[in-house]
Amino acid sequence: MSQVVIRIPTPLRSYTGGADEVVVQAATVREALARLGERYEGILERVVDQRGEPRQFVNLFLDGRNLRGAEGLDTALDGGEVLAIVPAVAGGRDETGTTLPELGVRK
Amino acid sequence: MTRVLCLPDEQRRRLAGWAKAAYPHEACGVLLGASQGDETRVAEARSARNIVTERARDRYEIDPEDYLAAESEAASRGVEVVGIWHTHPDHPARPSSTDREKAWGGWSYLILAVTREGVTDLRSWRLDGERDFQEEVLK
Repeated sequence: MSQVVIRIPTPLRSYTGGADEVVVQAATVREALARLGERYEGILERVVDQRGEPRQFVNLFLDGRNLRGAEGLDTALDGGEVLAIVPAVAGGRDETGTTLPELGVRK
Repeated sequence: MTRVLCLPDEQRRRLAGWAKAAYPHEACGVLLGASQGDETRVAEARSARNIVTERARDRYEIDPEDYLAAESEAASRGVEVVGIWHTHPDHPARPSSTDREKAWGGWSYLILAVTREGVTDLRSWRLDGERDFQEEVLK
């Protein structure tokens, strides 16, 4: 078992009582997330889907390296790593609809 | 209870510059600061890369590496990521259905309406418990 620090993004800190970091003991990234889920109810479902893989709008970085497409959650831990949960932040204006001049948005 | 987002003039000017420079494409980034009660104070706005290239006029997704760098800097300065900003080129500063679908709770979402001439409006929004956006008071 290795010790890893999990960085919690702001939107998920409501699950950790405001903590921005959680330290767990685990041999792989998957185990580290499982330990996190055992300690804080509800947070794991926000990070991984029913198949246990990272959700579409979540990225996982291990010491600054994006795990998507690599060994993924089965990446082994040596100890001392930082696992960051990074929310995918996305959006954009409506494809159709009224443009600014027609709406008369105030200047 | 109406929430308040305090955005200093200096940060508004920075945002306006990025918004105009990116036009007609969307620009995006994060807001660093602190929250207390119903008030969030922005200490610094940061720009981020939009990794959506094929639809940059109406979509954005913040480069996760830029987000990670911003969060690390926030932690080192004793602040946190308190919100997200992005532009709506030639559209109102109101959340779209795409914004709502992809939004996270607990953050302010600052939207800047921008035209060729520059920013025409900016408004801040936050998801409520029903995942509907409620407008915040911008000071």
